[in-house]
Amino acid sequence: MISETSLEKLKILAGAAKYDVSCASSGTNRNNSNSGIGNATAWGICHSFAEDGRCISLLKIMLSNFCIYDCAYCINRKSNDIPRTSFTPEEIVHLTIEFYRRNYIEGLFLSSGVLRNPDYTMERLVAVAKLLRTEHRYNGYIHLKAIPGASQQLIAEAGMWADRLSVNIEIPTETNLKLLAPDKDFQSVLEPMKIISTSILESKEERKKHRSAPLFSPSGQSTQLIIGATNDTDHTILKLSSALYLRRDLKRVYYSGYIPVNSYDSRLPALNTPPLRREHRLYQADWLLRFYGFKANEIVNTENPNLDLDLDPKVTWALRNPHLFPVDINKADPLMLLRVPGIGTHSVQLILLARKHNRLNSSHLQKMGVVLKRAKFFITCNELRSQNLQDLKPEIVRQILLEKKPVGSDGAFQLKLFNPVMPALR
Amino acid sequence: MNIFSFDNTFEGLLTLVFESYQRKQFPDEILSGEGSQPVLFASTITIETDDKKAERVWNGIVKRSSGENAHRIYRVFLADMPDTPMLLVKYIRLIIESGKNEETNFSEPIVVEFNKLHQKVCKEAHRINGFVRFQKTIEGSYYASFAPMYDVLPLCIPHFKDRYADQPWIIYDLKRNYGFWYDLKNVSRVVFDDLKVNSQNGQLHSSLLAEDEKLFQQLWKQYYHSICIQERKNDKVHRQLLPKRFWKYLPEKSF
Repeated sequence: MISETSLEKLKILAGAAKYDVSCASSGTNRNNSNSGIGNATAWGICHSFAEDGRCISLLKIMLSNFCIYDCAYCINRKSNDIPRTSFTPEEIVHLTIEFYRRNYIEGLFLSSGVLRNPDYTMERLVAVAKLLRTEHRYNGYIHLKAIPGASQQLIAEAGMWADRLSVNIEIPTETNLKLLAPDKDFQSVLEPMKIISTSILESKEERKKHRSAPLFSPSGQSTQLIIGATNDTDHTILKLSSALYLRRDLKRVYYSGYIPVNSYDSRLPALNTPPLRREHRLYQADWLLRFYGFKANEIVNTENPNLDLDLDPKVTWALRNPHLFPVDINKADPLMLLRVPGIGTHSVQLILLARKHNRLNSSHLQKMGVVLKRAKFFITCNELRSQNLQDLKPEIVRQILLEKKPVGSDGAFQLKLFNPVMPALR
Repeated sequence: MNIFSFDNTFEGLLTLVFESYQRKQFPDEILSGEGSQPVLFASTITIETDDKKAERVWNGIVKRSSGENAHRIYRVFLADMPDTPMLLVKYIRLIIESGKNEETNFSEPIVVEFNKLHQKVCKEAHRINGFVRFQKTIEGSYYASFAPMYDVLPLCIPHFKDRYADQPWIIYDLKRNYGFWYDLKNVSRVVFDDLKVNSQNGQLHSSLLAEDEKLFQQLWKQYYHSICIQERKNDKVHRQLLPKRFWKYLPEKSF
């Protein structure tokens, strides 16, 4: 089973899995009702943080890094000459349980290269989850990758054991996907997503009727898009994300700045550093879609196909729509408050509660956590008005906001507010 | 100047509030526990903790605000900082003396200060839930030690009790020298006088460790290093999210 020799395998198979960004462990609330081991908390827990600033919540690992496919963007493509190895399902189970008992992890995120064929691979992934849930009475978090092309029956079984399933789209348009991953097509990726979303909905309906009806992937499904490996615009990307949120009810779309792992392949762009700033702006836009009531075409559209790298997408949107500002903090409705740059979801809640007690001024707002240096151009409150977007022109406000924040090169940019901070959420 | 002293328990603090109203005298300064220095030229009012009085204040808070607010007050009390008792007395007075529920009045500085501290305490408890590292002992139980900034262990225990229901464990606060022990049935408070723990890293003496404990620590360390994408290294964010004060107790950060 697990011994000294597992160290080398762990090194290879964790290294092979690290480019998958998802590490959420939230969304399921399951008590340890069978007196076995583990539970799942609705809000997720980060157990450590890697030196790249990303949260470590799950044991994110590949069952095997052998693969029959040859996708240009993937480190594990079959034409790469790299060390290859596999764990047995029992070894993964043993490692998961031992790590879990020591409180190193919140659960398992298991993926695999495609061995022989999709069904064979999917069977092995399902076997791990089943072993954990049945023989070990394990109630912790499990995230399984659904292998594109796997049979409906296997995906249905995976959903019974796992908390979350995901299928990675990776490349946002079909033409580019065909170019970079000749063995895949959109159909093979979108089909399992559809099966999963239908099964989740059915299970929810069933559970309304009988409380004992089985859960299906209770923490939903997610996917990942690689950013900067192709010429796709942010407009294309966000339109796709938005459709996935609305029509497939995805919990998360992750964006992964392309890291040139196969720089010899001429189909891929030559990048010196991963496009981290663009990735960050996409996450901000994604938050606007999910929590701030924005529609994709308000953030990017045919006239503005790409996000502004220098300013966050909410500020850019506000500067394009000066006629909607300034907003009166003491009167505005919640949806409009959410659209003010410098005011987040938490501040909106506080403002709504506090303004029942008192008329609010800017010092109140500051104490509540509103970022006034941005918000002040877009609001009025209970005091003498300061210069706002209407007095100054959008172009000038833009200049002022840019001066406050020197723009570094893409590589020097520090990831801050979004995904890597609390990826255990959602 | 009114100086009150109490036994640094939550019930003691609530009794202090009760007695202040009874005496119509409110504290300008609060001394807590044995460690505090008496102040020259002023007499100190010593509060005898009384569960009945404490309960009346608790019920008053629930009635004038909400049960959740009362629990929030308890959590802030666990911040265990020198000026927390004073902040809480001011907050409780605000709640009790106002005609309407002040807990959501974020235009009031005390409410804001109270909620900020509440957030910090909850964040620390949440971090402990994630950063606790158990070591398997030779007899099959699991031991973890830590030094949280605030006295948050009581808030974390229900989570660990549910999660690790089938393994006996001990979580010990090295800073406050007490811990909790779970024996597969109940959780009880424990104090050890001769703990065989290296206070530098919270590690048990190697003679007490299970045979495979070092192997799993090594595997975890290997995993930790392999999962990092070198091209994305970001020291600043790394240290923001995993503050250095936690490092010494984490096997993955030890050398």
